[in-house]
Amino acid sequence: MSQQPASAQNTNAAAAFDLECRNINKDFDGFKAVNNVSFNVPTGTFFSILGPSGCGKTTLLRMVAGFQTPSSGDLLIKGKSMLGVPPNKRPVSMVFQHLALFPMMDIAANVGFGLRQRGVPREDIAKRVETVLERVGLPGVGSRHISQLSGGQKQRVAIARCMVLEPDVLLLDEPLGALDLKLREHMKIELKKLQSEFGTTFVYITHDQSEALVMSDQIAVMNHGEFEQVGAARELYHEPKTAFVAGFVGEANSFTAKVDSINGDAATLVSDDGLNIKGHDASGNLQQGDKAKVYVRPESIRLATSANQLDNVENLNQGIIENILFNGANSHILLREEKSGGELNVAIPQTGQFRDLTRGDKVYIGWEAAQTRCYKES
Amino acid sequence: MNSVHSRLSLYLLFTPFLLWLALLIIIPHIFMFLVSISVKTGVREYVTGLGNYMVFFTEPLYWNTFARTAFMSVSATFLTLLIGFPVAYYIAKLTRGRTKTTLFLMCLIPFWVSELVRTFGWMILLRETGIFSSFLQYIGLASEPIEFLYNDAAIMVGLVYTSMLFMVVPLVTTLDSLDDSLIEAGYDLGGNGITVLREIIIPHAMPGIVSGCIVVFMLSLGNYLTPILLGGKDSLWFTGLIYDQFITRFNWELGSAFGFLLLLLSSTIVWAGLKLSGQSLTNTVGR
Repeated sequence: MSQQPASAQNTNAAAAFDLECRNINKDFDGFKAVNNVSFNVPTGTFFSILGPSGCGKTTLLRMVAGFQTPSSGDLLIKGKSMLGVPPNKRPVSMVFQHLALFPMMDIAANVGFGLRQRGVPREDIAKRVETVLERVGLPGVGSRHISQLSGGQKQRVAIARCMVLEPDVLLLDEPLGALDLKLREHMKIELKKLQSEFGTTFVYITHDQSEALVMSDQIAVMNHGEFEQVGAARELYHEPKTAFVAGFVGEANSFTAKVDSINGDAATLVSDDGLNIKGHDASGNLQQGDKAKVYVRPESIRLATSANQLDNVENLNQGIIENILFNGANSHILLREEKSGGELNVAIPQTGQFRDLTRGDKVYIGWEAAQTRCYKES
Repeated sequence: MNSVHSRLSLYLLFTPFLLWLALLIIIPHIFMFLVSISVKTGVREYVTGLGNYMVFFTEPLYWNTFARTAFMSVSATFLTLLIGFPVAYYIAKLTRGRTKTTLFLMCLIPFWVSELVRTFGWMILLRETGIFSSFLQYIGLASEPIEFLYNDAAIMVGLVYTSMLFMVVPLVTTLDSLDDSLIEAGYDLGGNGITVLREIIIPHAMPGIVSGCIVVFMLSLGNYLTPILLGGKDSLWFTGLIYDQFITRFNWELGSAFGFLLLLLSSTIVWAGLKLSGQSLTNTVGR
C-alpha cells in the first residue's frame, strides 16, 4: 500500500464514498433551486433527502443523474468527477417517480434495455434478466406486459431494470408516491430489504417523513434549496438542529414565545398566548428578550388525572379535552390549555389507562424542559 | 312510451349519418361500379363486361401512369414523414407554452389560403422567370433562365408541402402523449439518441406515424391540382387520366373503371402499410 503514489491513495480514500457533492449550486434565472449543498454518501448506505415539495430535492437528484448541470460545485461518484458526463455514461440509475417503464416492451425487454445498450450478448441478457427478476421476487414474469402487473410489482420491475446494470448509486425519485397506503407501508420494508440484499447505495428523495425515517441510514432534511441537517433518523427526531427540522420531522406542537430569562441551556419563555414554558435552548444563541420558536412533540407530553402523578416535570398545566382523534396506536387528543387558551395536541399512551377519556374532561398535562426545544426566530 | 320515444330520437339522430352514407357514399359507388362494367358497343348500346378494365391493362400508358402515381405518392408520404417527424418532435417535446402554440399555428397558416394559391406560390418561386431562377442568374451561378417547374421534383415539393400539416398534427398529438421521463429513463439506462429514438420514441409514435401516413398518402394519390400545375401537361397523374375520361372524352365507363382501380390501389396500399407496421385502423385513424 505504501508504494502507491499519493494520488492513487487519494482516489482510494475518496472512493469510500459512492457519492460526493461539493458546494453544489443550481440557479434558474435568478432563483436558487439548490444552494451550496455538500454531502457524502458512504458505500452501501440508504441515504434519503427529505423535504417539502419545491425545496429543490428533485433538482438535486436530477443533477446527480445528469439531466441537469450544476451552476457551480462538483459532483463525484466513486471519487470520479461527473461534471460533463452525460446521463447515459454515468454509473447511476434512476427509478422515476412514475417508474417510466416502457409500455411498448414486455417486462424482459424492459429489464434488459440497459444491457442491450451495453451490447451484452443475447443469451447473457436473458440469463441476467431472469436472475434479477428472481432477486426482486418476480421469477418468470419476463414475457408479461407491464399493464398485467400490480403497482407493487411494477415497482419491483423498475428497481430490477436499474439493478441489472449494477449501478454504483441507485437514485429513487419518490417512487412510492403513486401507491395506496397499505402497499406503501409494505413497499417501504421491501425497499429496505432489497437495498441491504443488493448492498447498493440508494439515494432516495421524498416528502414523506415516515418513508425517510423507516428506511434510511442517513437523512438530509432539505428546505429552500439548502440542507438543514444531515443525520440518522433518531438524531433528527430527538435532536433537531433547526426550527424547520423540529417542525417537519415528526409531529410537534409549536409556539411562538419570548425569552424571559436564560441560564446556560435552560430557558424560561412566555408564549404569545401567555403560557409559561421552561425549555431547552437548542439553537444555543438565545438571549433574553429574543423571539423564539418552541416545539414540543405530542408524544413527549404526559397525561395525568391528578397533579401529583406528574412530579419532577418542569412544565405542568391543566387542559380541557376538546376533541379525541382516535387512530389506534396513533391516537391523539386536542385540548385547550386552561390559563392561556392555547390548543395542544397530545398523544394518548395506548396502555388502556386513558381509554375512557371523553370530550370536556379536565386533565393534567406535563412535559420536561429537555423535550421542549427552543430556536431563535430569524 | 318511453322506449318508443328513445327509439324515435335514436332514428332522428342517425338520419343525417345514414343519409350521408347512402346518398354520398354507397349509391354513387354502386352506380359507378355499374357504369364501369358496362361496355359500349354502339350508340346507346351497352353490354355488361370487364372490357373497360381490360383497356386499362392492355394500354401501357394507363398502367404506367397508375404505377407511377402510386410510387410517387408513397415517396411523397415517406418524404413528408422524414421532414415532418423532426418538426413534430421539436414542437411536441422541445418547446413549451406560447412558442409551442405559435409554431403549431405557423404550420396551420398556409392552410388558410386555398390549395390553388399555395401551389401558385411555388410556381412564382420555381418558374423560368421566377425568383429562384432570377436569383441564381443574379449571383452568377446561372447564365440563362432555368425552368424548375414541370418535372417530378417540382411535383414532389408541392405534394410534400401541401400535406405537411396532416403529418405534423397526428405526430404532435402522439409525441405529446409520450412521457418525458420515458425518454430520460432511456438515456439513464445507457441508451443513446439513436437507440432511444428507435426503441422508445418511434414505437410510441407508431399510431401517429401510421395515421399521418395514411392521410398524406390518400391526399397525394387523390390530388389533382398540384401535380397538374407543378408537373404540367406531362405530369401523368392518375387522377388527371380520370378527369380526361370524364370531362374531355365523355367516356364515363372507362373513367369509372379507373376510379375503381384507384380505390382498389389505395385500399391495398393502406392495408399493406397497416400490416407492415403492425397497427390497426382503429388504433391509428380511429383514435
